[in-house]
Amino acid sequence: MNYRYAWRRVVNAVMLTLTGLCALVTVSALFLILGYLVYNGGRDLSWDFFTKLPKPVGETGGGMANAIVGSGKLLLLAAMIGVPVGFMGGVYLAEYGGKTFSFLVRYTADLLNGVPSVVMGIFIYTAVVIPMRGYSALAGGLALGVMLMPIVLRSTEQFLRAVPVSLREGAMALGARKWKAILTVVIPAGYKGIATGILLSLARVAGETAPLLFTSASNRFWSHGWLHGETASLPVMIFYYALSAYDDWHRQAWAAGLVLLTLVLFANIGAKLILSRSATR
Amino acid sequence: MSLPTRPAPAGRVRSFINRLRTGDEVAHLITLLFATSIFLVTALLVFELYDNSALPRHKFGWAFFVTQTWDPVFENFGALPFIYGTVVTSALALLIAVPLGVGAAIFLAELAPRPISDALTFIIELLAAVPTVIFGLIGMFVLVPFMRVYVEPFLKATLGFLPLFKGPLYGIGFLTAGVLLGIIVIPFIVSVSREVLLAVPVDQREAALALGATKWEATWKVVVPFARTGIFGSIFLSMARALGETMAVTMVIGNVPKIATSLFAPGYSIAAIIANEFSEATGDLYVQSLVELGLVLFLLTILLNGLARLMIVATAKRGTSQE
Amino acid sequence: MSSVTNDAVMAKLSSGNQPAEPGDKPAVVATPKITSSGLDFYYGSRKTLHDISLSVAEKKITALIGPSGCGKSTFLRTLNRMYEMVRFARAEGDVRLDGDNILEMDVAKLRRRVGMVFQKSNPFPKSIFDNVAYGLRVNGWKGALADVVERSLKRAAIWDEVKDRLHKSAYGLSGGQQQRLCIARALAVEPEVLLLDEPCSALDPIATAKIEELLFALKELCTIVIVTHNMQQAARVADYTGFFLLGKLIEFNETPIIFKRPAKKETEDYITGRFG
Repeated sequence: MNYRYAWRRVVNAVMLTLTGLCALVTVSALFLILGYLVYNGGRDLSWDFFTKLPKPVGETGGGMANAIVGSGKLLLLAAMIGVPVGFMGGVYLAEYGGKTFSFLVRYTADLLNGVPSVVMGIFIYTAVVIPMRGYSALAGGLALGVMLMPIVLRSTEQFLRAVPVSLREGAMALGARKWKAILTVVIPAGYKGIATGILLSLARVAGETAPLLFTSASNRFWSHGWLHGETASLPVMIFYYALSAYDDWHRQAWAAGLVLLTLVLFANIGAKLILSRSATR
Repeated sequence: MSLPTRPAPAGRVRSFINRLRTGDEVAHLITLLFATSIFLVTALLVFELYDNSALPRHKFGWAFFVTQTWDPVFENFGALPFIYGTVVTSALALLIAVPLGVGAAIFLAELAPRPISDALTFIIELLAAVPTVIFGLIGMFVLVPFMRVYVEPFLKATLGFLPLFKGPLYGIGFLTAGVLLGIIVIPFIVSVSREVLLAVPVDQREAALALGATKWEATWKVVVPFARTGIFGSIFLSMARALGETMAVTMVIGNVPKIATSLFAPGYSIAAIIANEFSEATGDLYVQSLVELGLVLFLLTILLNGLARLMIVATAKRGTSQE
Repeated sequence: MSSVTNDAVMAKLSSGNQPAEPGDKPAVVATPKITSSGLDFYYGSRKTLHDISLSVAEKKITALIGPSGCGKSTFLRTLNRMYEMVRFARAEGDVRLDGDNILEMDVAKLRRRVGMVFQKSNPFPKSIFDNVAYGLRVNGWKGALADVVERSLKRAAIWDEVKDRLHKSAYGLSGGQQQRLCIARALAVEPEVLLLDEPCSALDPIATAKIEELLFALKELCTIVIVTHNMQQAARVADYTGFFLLGKLIEFNETPIIFKRPAKKETEDYITGRFG
């Protein structure tokens, strides 16, 4: 009997160690990635990197200013398209929705969320790039915006539902009409969660490459305007530079990767901190 | 007592106009419109995919799925190499990610002390947010040499009698792509499985522990089986994710549209070829064949996601119905 | 119809009241602020209130008592139509506020005249000042807010405790203070009637005592209807009491009569604690 018990305790300890190792290995991946990025890309992070345009092919030096600005443009467009739809849709689901229609909307949003990003690129290509006869920041922004919609919708709905019914009742008992109660009490009560949801979703689409490959494509100059012409973006630049044959471009790809990951991580950590602080009220 | 009657029609019209004036109906309509636009976008997406793959669907029919050639010059397109590549890399990815991921999830949900579990979960969720093009970067410049110099020779030396491990070692290829994909997919398995495990009612654990089980036994023999369906759901979700993953795979798979038995050989996946060739494709049949590939990928991921969601919901329901 | 038998019996028992009138108009109260006549309430096809008829006396405190699930809160919520937030909920019958039909009035106007304080205090995630001012702002009040806010907080007997932190979050207050804040918030729009749905059930005895004390002062300002599961509370504060059971109004009369000489056996059983 004692042997059996001792054996069980050994198994317990061994499994604890094994599963702990699994967790540790997974976690170390993040540090490895960060480590390589800093090591390989840190050296090339100069003022030039942020402010200069790429040099002509074959020359060393230059920067990725156009890609950084381009990514900003694309994110702005994506937000303008995806956030209102997602937010309003979320308000509808949380405050007005009927049972069947809401289920259908949620199901469709989940469907849209599951579309592989490269397929989203195909969609916008056929629906926007072909009729417009060319790549544009608008097309890229649309691709990212459509990806934003379901994420913002679900997170808005979730955080609005978390606002207790008692607050709605309190507002309406004072004579506020439903829409006013939603606007002046419910949304302000849930705004922290909603805002972080939007921030996180923007961080997620900021790193997407595949949907941009044939919508906003890439270029080595400043893009002009929003409706015409290829627009460089950080992730696409990383992709093309990494695949190129030039060492200098490889180093710049690392640097760009470092910048992109830093921004994404800041957004994610920031969002999580805000959420955890508001939960401890 | 008279039966309850509905208000007369005139009264309902008047009350509708009243509601319109007060702004409630307007707000309802506006939000409804936005919610409906999600339908419209999705419907348009499906339509565009279907409509723009008409040529190859009519020309090749079902043969598209079993043809091995991909020849833009003679306009003969077959999906088989890409389906093969997608399936092989995803299977490899799951082979690596499932044991590691479920193991880690068990550790975080059941065995680890709370502060450690919270800290590690935080980091793993950050890992899920890393853009895949960065994984691709690491894959190309770090993983590929590592595989070529250490792992692949080792595998060839020990398991080289299997057809899986024959042939020249490039570093790029199915194996490396599968490993990289596995790393990308682990955080998803961890986070979904962890949540599924945490949702198992406390009394299940308590009952096992009260009977004298060790922590591991309670976990492995009671909690995990209870959450089994949900864990499968997380695996399906990750499969869907792996199938659609583009950038990282494109950068390390080798981009050769051929089926090969060896894992060391270069290959191609559906997402990778779309990413690489879509902008350059000339001729309607070429482009539309790529679109058809996209349609296939889309349908596969919907199927997997749908199944996964059902499984996860089923486990959650089990948890609440037991109370 | 229970109201007719009530009237007949109560007319005999109560001294100095008007004699019962025929028909279903309750005749117990002198100056009715709210009258309910044959009120039915449905949740879907399920009838949860049966033919409720009573009068709420102006500037008096009326308490509604009864075991859980008897319909007293449901009835209270028909008075300001809060049930409209729930699908499939429907009220039918004659409910009037000073003669105006409650079920057909503009609901926002109704709620300005009939305010409500809830079982669990529900201050908004805003400052104390903004909480009290909310009703005023929402209804388009054009005048100076600060004076009204101060007056309301004084009337709710909480001014001294918050006057130095008007712009701090309402969540910094204790449970009892938050409930008095909610009372202040409801009073700010100067309602004619104040409905209180078990306002003290989540509070400790000291906080409860403060609110009960408050109610005596408040009845000079407005008519009060309070739902309570605590009989002693009803006996302490109310001028009139109605006893509900299984969706019916069993008995309605001046509080001393209900508690000392109830006309119905069910009432007596409840009062003496034969069932909870």
